[in-house]
Amino acid sequence: MAAPELLMAGTKEHDLTRLDGYRAVGGYAALATARAREPQAIVDAITTANLRGRGGAGFPTGRKASLLAKDTGKPVYLVVNADESEPGAFKDRDVMRFTPHRLIEGCLITAHGIGSQSVFIYIRGEYLDEFEVMRAALDEARAADLLDGVTIVLHRGAGAYICGEETALLESLEGRRGQPRPRPPFPPVQGLYDAPTQINNVSTIALVPKIIELGPEEFAKIGPPSAPGTAVFSLSGNVANPGNYERPLGTTLRELIYDVAGGVAGGRELKAVIPGGSSVPVLTPDQIDTPMDYDSIGAAGSFFGSAAIIIVDDRCCMVQLALRAAQFYMHESCGKCTPCRVGTRWLVQLLTKIENGHAEHTDLALLDDVCGRMLGKSLCALGDFAVYPVSSYMRSYRDEFEAHVTLGGCPFAGSSSIEGIVAPVDQHTHHATHVAGAAVPA
Amino acid sequence: MSSRLENELGALRGLYPDRRSLVLDALRIAQEEHEGWLPPEALREVADALDVTPAYCLSIASFYDMLHLAPVGRHMIEVCTNLSCALVGAQAVVDAFARELGVAPGETTEDGAFTLRAIECAGGCGRAPVVVVDHRYHEPVQPADVPAIVEEIRGRS
Repeated sequence: MAAPELLMAGTKEHDLTRLDGYRAVGGYAALATARAREPQAIVDAITTANLRGRGGAGFPTGRKASLLAKDTGKPVYLVVNADESEPGAFKDRDVMRFTPHRLIEGCLITAHGIGSQSVFIYIRGEYLDEFEVMRAALDEARAADLLDGVTIVLHRGAGAYICGEETALLESLEGRRGQPRPRPPFPPVQGLYDAPTQINNVSTIALVPKIIELGPEEFAKIGPPSAPGTAVFSLSGNVANPGNYERPLGTTLRELIYDVAGGVAGGRELKAVIPGGSSVPVLTPDQIDTPMDYDSIGAAGSFFGSAAIIIVDDRCCMVQLALRAAQFYMHESCGKCTPCRVGTRWLVQLLTKIENGHAEHTDLALLDDVCGRMLGKSLCALGDFAVYPVSSYMRSYRDEFEAHVTLGGCPFAGSSSIEGIVAPVDQHTHHATHVAGAAVPA
Repeated sequence: MSSRLENELGALRGLYPDRRSLVLDALRIAQEEHEGWLPPEALREVADALDVTPAYCLSIASFYDMLHLAPVGRHMIEVCTNLSCALVGAQAVVDAFARELGVAPGETTEDGAFTLRAIECAGGCGRAPVVVVDHRYHEPVQPADVPAIVEEIRGRS
């Protein structure tokens, strides 16, 4: 079956970073179509297409637009979340650097639909090449009079996973530390600069031109009715051909891993699949016939997340993998909520103790207990994301955790594929350390 | 205030209803103007430019990973060691840089030329392991590539 391409359509045949290249594949025709319609018709089309957010939560995009507060006397903002930082995810990066005009066109169509004159695209600071590609494309679009009075601002982050959380992103965009806000009020009512704000992921917005081009009914025929359309699936880890592959939602993990990406690298045995980025519960090899869509993955006990599939082979110690994941969340916890700030440190300490062979069986129970005390206890999902890898690895690979305790050491005896992996939290300080002999900062 | 900070912020001011939205750009520019980190005078310059306090600037700078509050080398070599990179040999790449440069992750070489860091996911998981040199991605990098990468950087002016 030929895989339909929506997000990446034309990128292999044309240079879509250039306006003429994008026009050659019909680019900006959907914008003209959309602007000839009433704004509500655009929101209705997105609703009929049943587009669901590609950033992680899978919230229906049309319904999100319908929640925007009306007649507040304030501007309506569209904010695009391009702070892609989920470990395993690299889809939005390719959308921006290979087809930036599709994202810009999606912004302009969506802005028309929600009556916004002001769009902010928050790009993670590390994506410098992608920022430059987007800036050049935006300059071209502006020069070609495509913006029609809409302002699109490319705003660069400065390195913080938490800024992918939508209210932390708004805080960061307003010039503060990226710490999530309590909800309510929700961003559609009181978001950026206290004004009604719609926040969507890059890949969600970049699908909008295709909904207008194909028509929502045709779009809705691609993939499962509960979640139509395609996603760019990012396959990484111990897989033969890692990379981004656009496929309809509902494609099974088995197809993605074995038919699309060539199976486990080196013909090794599959041990674990993390289906949606490091923050979602792990799946075991007997679950890989699960279709990759929100509902199916949810029924299997995990999350679709950002469609970032990490493949783990049989050489990896799951305690080490849990520890490395926990170190990430400890590093990225913003510190606002106590269960997350303190809990992530407990996770790292206990997992270090287990890995080093110094743990008792009661420490496993304590680890379970800490997970329970963190889950659902923080303002944003990071506190839960820190728990999911640890609690799910412990549940599915319990024998490995037990073996560390029983043996008084790692059963992999130095042969795990990630043995000795260093994490930023292992470095002497949060910052690069001083130069010998250099002045210490005041 | 450096004229670059003044000029670049001037071009951005009209884009936001609140001047504080410029703080990350301002700190980034100030850091580039101060050899890659933010000494107290850099924080004061940004504070003056945005009419906020230096303490406010410090609170921002201490939150974000790309802003540095201690001196760094003239070149920054960052190796992603998050899950996807770890699974395909990131630690061997870290070790190769550590051997080549004679420093551990988090340290700067004695001549001030290089800072080596382990970093969290850079978003290059499909071409892992990822190494970022002075904000530009090299992907994938194997331990055998490391001497040539260091040599190439040393050859820059």
